[in-house]
Formats: sequence, C-alpha cells, structure tokens
Amino acid sequence: MNLELTASNVYKSYNGNQVIRDCSYSFDMCDIYILTGPNGSGKSTFLRICALLENPDRGEIEYSSEQRVLKKDLELRRRITLVLPRVGVFNASVYRNISYGLAIRGIKGGDFREKVNRMIEFVGLRNKKDQNALTLSSGETQRLGIARALIIEPGILFLDEPTTSVDQANTGIIEDIILKMKEEHKTTVVVATHDKDQAKRLGDKVLMMNDGKIIPT
Amino acid sequence: MYSITEAFKKAFVLILNLDPELLGIIFLSLKVSGLALLIATLLGLPIGAFMGMKRFPLKGIIVNILNTFMGLPPVVVGLFVYLLLSRSGPFGFMGLLYTPSAMVIAQTILAFPIVASLSNSAIIGVDPVIRQASMTLGATRSQVTIAVIKEARYGIISAVIAAFGRVMAEVGAILIVGGNIAGYTRVMTTTIALETDKGDFELALALGIILLSISLIINSTIHLIQKKGEAGINR
Repeated sequence: MNLELTASNVYKSYNGNQVIRDCSYSFDMCDIYILTGPNGSGKSTFLRICALLENPDRGEIEYSSEQRVLKKDLELRRRITLVLPRVGVFNASVYRNISYGLAIRGIKGGDFREKVNRMIEFVGLRNKKDQNALTLSSGETQRLGIARALIIEPGILFLDEPTTSVDQANTGIIEDIILKMKEEHKTTVVVATHDKDQAKRLGDKVLMMNDGKIIPT
Repeated sequence: MYSITEAFKKAFVLILNLDPELLGIIFLSLKVSGLALLIATLLGLPIGAFMGMKRFPLKGIIVNILNTFMGLPPVVVGLFVYLLLSRSGPFGFMGLLYTPSAMVIAQTILAFPIVASLSNSAIIGVDPVIRQASMTLGATRSQVTIAVIKEARYGIISAVIAAFGRVMAEVGAILIVGGNIAGYTRVMTTTIALETDKGDFELALALGIILLSISLIINSTIHLIQKKGEAGINR
C-alpha cells in the first residue's frame, strides 16, 4: 500500500545555521521525484526529516494512506526507508545484509529465503551472495543498499545521492533498478541528486532545492 | 644445586600422567576464573554498551574511572574484598572468606572494568552510519543496539578474552581472600607461589607450563579474532 507525504512549512537549523526554511511539498503515489540542487542546499536534511530520522524545528511532516492520516509510530517507520549516501553495510554476508529488514520484522522460513534470493537477483548480486558485504565495490554497495531497503516493500523509498562515487556502468545499473522499482513494485521514490542529466533521465517530477527551499521546475 | 632439566622432566611426567592433584588445581582455576569472567561479562557488557551508545552527564568521568580500574593492583582488590568479607566486615556474616566464592568475587572485580571499558571502546569504534542504517530499515531501539553490538563483536570478544587472561594469571587477590587451602581454594598461580617457596619445583613448573600454554592460546585467539575483524573491514 502506497503512502502520500505532505511536508508543510518545515524548518530545520543546526547550531543557528538555517538548513531548511519554509519547505512545503506534497508527494503523490507511484512517481519518481528528483530532488536536485547544489551541495549544501538542504536535500539530505530534507530527506532525513521526511524519513522520520530527524524532527523538524517547525512545520509538519504528514503521511497518509487512503485519505487517512497515519500516526508516526514504528508501523509507519517500517513503511518508509532511506538509503544513505554511505550505505552502512553490516560486517556480514550480502545475503545477511539484504535479509536484515525481514529478520527484524520476524519474517522466517521459505518465504524469507525466496524473497531475499529474488531481491539479490533483482539488483544483480547473485554471484556475490555469500561474500562479505564490506568487500563489495561502491557501485555494488549502493545496489545492496537499495535491495536492503526494497525488500521491506516500503511505501516510499528515499535515495540520497545513490550514484555519487559510483562508476558509469554501475550508475546505469542503479538507474535501471530505480525505474524498475516504479514499474514492478509501484514504489514512490524520492531521489536526491546533484546530477542534472540523471534528474532528466529518471524523474517524473523534478524539484529544485535551493537555500533550504523546494522550487518545483 | 637443583637441576632445572630434572625439574622440567618431572613436570612433563606430571602433565603426561594426568596427575589428579594437578588436574584438580587446573579445574578449580578454570572454574573460579570462568565464573568470575561470566559474571563480569554479564555486568560489564551491558554497561560498556550503554556507555558506548548513550550520552549522559559524568560519562567522561565514569569512563576514566573504568580505564583506571583496568590496572587495579590485585593485592589491593584482595585487601578490599578481605575487609568486606572478614568476620568484622559488613559481609562477614555470610562466611565467604577463604572459599572459592570469595575468589570469584575478587576476580570479578578485576575482570569487570576490563570487559566494560574495552567493550565501550569497541562499540564507540562502530561506524555511526550502522546505527542510522538499521534505523532507516525499521529497527526498534533494542534492534539497533543489537546491530551495533554485533558490529563490535570482534572487539567485545577480545575484551572478554583479555579479561580472562588477567584473572587466570592473577595471584595476589585470590591468595588473600582464598587462603591457598589445599584441595579447596588452591589454584594454579597460588600453587606455583607456594611450591616455589617450598623448593618443590616439579608441580610449580608443570603448572607454569600449563599457565603459559593457556596464555599462548588466549593471545593467539585474540590475534586471530582481531585479524578476522580487520579482514572484514579492510577488504
């Protein structure tokens, strides 16, 4: 089930430095949103606030589904996920990393294995399945991060700079995965990137972020 | 002059014959130190994890105290436990002095700061992004804590093994609170001290060889664990 996200007049500052100012936007279902803008424009902070990792100083983040506003509890948190620019892989196999989200939800058995294997296949890491995830290249690590997030079937998936420090071949693979996520999984995806060409290739809607504010283009 | 070669020969005979007295002493040493280590780990690991993951007032002071206590002189701990457990002490009524329980208490006090402090360092060393990653995947607070502890596992295991090495080799505290009673509180280190005093070197040497072997196993295990942890990080 997809989620709709509405950000209303969000403000955030760190040590007196205003990073997000009066930011408002509504994200509808099943689209790919690209949040673009220069470094330091507040993209990452905005994604972290939307992913409920941080609270805004002022303003409101509201999630709704089928016209119903949802409480910001663990259940909602488990339907939203953010892939960080540094993915944060566990010192364990690729399989264990990708299955983490299912394991903490108490999912077990054949369904578990089938889902994990399908996801490993989806991001093209089948031949690395038993390898320690810390040994992957940066492109493979990003794919692992996406698989780890996608396996929990999120209503909204946030990707923060998924192709920074990734080679061209892996950038292409990751972009294909993002497009397939929308088609096959009907996931709403919000991608923060400073790459304007990527924004054009992927985005159904491109939003410009400048000086802590969203400007639709 | 006593022949060292002769003493070594007799020591090896004792080991190879699985001398019952020797085995009894080894078993008691392992039992006392093992139990002390278990209690120290059960107390020290959660405290080390808590300090590594939370911010609270006076944290720096507590960490400093724990680090200082890692080098506690065993005789001072022995004296402290003796005063607590002696007949006129606050816990004298329990009748624990000169029992293996008193030795476990003394060794727990020695092992606890090592487990807590080194576990704390291991947890602080975990990349903060691990915590955030597990949160973004929907982990509860306790699941985030478990994820961080799992990442610090090599450092934590090293902490526990280091504490085991410390208590196994310790003599001062257990001698004071255990009394070195034959067949009851006599362990490897106290036997070595006693037998050397008596000039009976065979048993002392046999136990010395076993202690050295245990120390070698402990150090090799720590080395292997650390290598495994580093291999995962560096690959």
